[in-house]
Amino acid sequence: MKTDKIFKGILWISGLFLFFIFLLIFISLFKGSFLSIKSFGLGFLFSKEWNPVTEKFGMLPFLAGTLITSIIALLISLPFSLSIALFLGEYFKTGFISKFLSYTTDLLAGIPSVIYGFWGLYLLVPLIRKLEIKLHVTPYGVGILTASLVLAVMIIPYASSIAREIIKLVPGDLIEAGYSLGATRYEVVKKIVIPYSASGIFAGLLLSFGRAFGEIMAVTMVIGNFNFLPKSIFSPANTMASVIANEFTEAVKDIHLSSLIHIGLWLFIITFLINFVGNIVIKKFKVNERITG
Amino acid sequence: MKELQVKILKDKIFKVLIVSLSLISVIPLFIILFQIFKNGIKAINFEFFVSLPKPPGEEAGGILNALLGTILLLIIALIFSVPLGIITGIFIAETRNKFTDFLRDFVNVLQGLPSIVMGILAYLWVVKPMGHFSALSGGVALSLMMLPLVIKSTEETIKMVPFSLKEASYALGANYVSTIFRVILPASIGGIMSGILIGVSRIAGETAPLLFTAFGNPFINMNPLKPVESLPLLIFKYAMSPYENWQRIAWGASLILILMVLFLNIFTNIIIEKWKKS
Repeated sequence: MKTDKIFKGILWISGLFLFFIFLLIFISLFKGSFLSIKSFGLGFLFSKEWNPVTEKFGMLPFLAGTLITSIIALLISLPFSLSIALFLGEYFKTGFISKFLSYTTDLLAGIPSVIYGFWGLYLLVPLIRKLEIKLHVTPYGVGILTASLVLAVMIIPYASSIAREIIKLVPGDLIEAGYSLGATRYEVVKKIVIPYSASGIFAGLLLSFGRAFGEIMAVTMVIGNFNFLPKSIFSPANTMASVIANEFTEAVKDIHLSSLIHIGLWLFIITFLINFVGNIVIKKFKVNERITG
Repeated sequence: MKELQVKILKDKIFKVLIVSLSLISVIPLFIILFQIFKNGIKAINFEFFVSLPKPPGEEAGGILNALLGTILLLIIALIFSVPLGIITGIFIAETRNKFTDFLRDFVNVLQGLPSIVMGILAYLWVVKPMGHFSALSGGVALSLMMLPLVIKSTEETIKMVPFSLKEASYALGANYVSTIFRVILPASIGGIMSGILIGVSRIAGETAPLLFTAFGNPFINMNPLKPVESLPLLIFKYAMSPYENWQRIAWGASLILILMVLFLNIFTNIIIEKWKKS
C-alpha cells in the first residue's frame, strides 16, 4: 500500500505543477507587459499610434486589422462550411463521396499554416494584384483581402466539422415529421434543421472566429505588415499576432518589447473570452438536446 | 400542380448548390498539393537532404540543418510534454473534485491559446534568463502546445476503459499502482499514442512560437542550448526572401513538411482503427 500512496502523491504533485504553470502564465504575461500597462493603461487599446521611435504604442490598428480580416474570412467561409456540414450531416451521410469529402477537409486542416502563407504569397498575391490594377487601386497584392481569403480557406475545415456535429444532433423524428408532412429536403433544412441548430451553429462560428483571430503565420506572410489603421479592404495592415511575430526579435527597447507582450496579453484575453462563450453555448445546446430530444 | 413543381425545383437547386459549394471548398487543397509537388519535386534530390543551404545566388543547397533541428525540437517537446501530460491526464481522469475540474478547464484554455503566446512565454521563461535564443526554449514553447493534447487524450481514453476491468484487477488483489500500469494504461495506450501523434503532427509545422525562441541557424546544431533551425522556420524565411535559389529550397522543404504531416496523419488513423478493433 506504500507504493499506492507514493503514486497518488506523484499524481497530486503533477496536478499542482499544472496549476503552477497556470499561475506562472498569468504572472509572466502581466510582469512582461507591466511597463506598457503602466505607461499606457487602457488607452493602449484605443490609441492608433504605434511608433517605436517616439516610444508611443497603441494597438488599435492591430485590433482593427485582426477584427476585419477575421470577420471577412468568416463571411467568405460561412456558405462553404455550412454546405459541407449539410452535405455530410444531411445529404450524404455515408458512402464514397462523403468519405472523400471528410478526408480531404481533414487534410486541409492538417496543412501547416506557414505553407498556406507560402501558397497565398505565390498564388493569391499576384491574382489580387491583377484585380487591384483592374479596379484602379494601389496594387499592393498583399493586404486585408488576401489575408482574409487565406484565412477563409484555413477555417473551412474547422467550422464545418463543428457545424456538422451540431447538425447531427437534430432529432431524427423532427426531420421525419417534416418529410411526412410533404416537405422537401430544402424545406426541412430551412425550416427545421437550421432553426433548430441555430444557437449551436452560432457558437461554431464564434469558435471559428477565435481560430481566425489567433492565426499567425499565414496572415503575417500576406497582410503586408503595415502599422496603421487600414483604409480599405485592399490596403495592407497588420494583425495582433502578426505584429508580435514581426517585431519581437527586433524590439531593442524595453517599452517596445513590453508593448508587444501587452498585445499578447490582450490576444490571450480576447481568444479566451471567445472560446469561453462559444463552448458554453455549445454545451448548453447539447444539454438542451438531451432533454428535449 | 405548378406550386409543387416550383417546390421540387427549389429543392433541386438547393441540392446542386450544396454539392457544388462543398466540392469547391476542397479545390484549394488540390491546388496547394499540386503546386507544392510541382515546385518541390524540382528542388529535391539526394543532396537536398545531406547539405546545408547555400548563400543567395548559388545553385543547389539543402535543408539538413532544418531536418535535424526539427527532430531536436520535437524530441525536447516530447520529453517535456509526454510524461507530465500522461500523469496529469491520469490525475484528472481518476480524481473528481473542484481542483481537477479547474485543471480540465485550464487545459481547454491552454489548447485554445494562439501559439504565439506560447512563444512569448518560452521567451520570458527560457530565453530571457539565459540571455540568448536556444533549441531548449523552442522545445518548451512546442511542449506547451502539446501538453493539452496529451492530457486530454489520456484523460478521455482512460475514462473509456470499462470499470469492470478495474474491478477485476482489484478483485485479483492488485493494488492501485499495478492496476494503473498493468491494466488501465495498456488498455488505453492506443488512444494516448494517437493523441501524441496528433500533437506531433501539429507542432511539426508550427512556426510562430519558434521565431523568437529557436530563432533559426544556418548551420547544423545539436546542442539544445544554442539556436537551431526548423523546417517551418526555414520555409518562412526562404519563402519571403527575394532570392530564387532560396525560394526553390522553400518549395522543397514545404513538400517534405507536407509529406511528413500527411504520413503522421495516416499513421495516426491506422493506430486508432487498430486500437478500436482490439
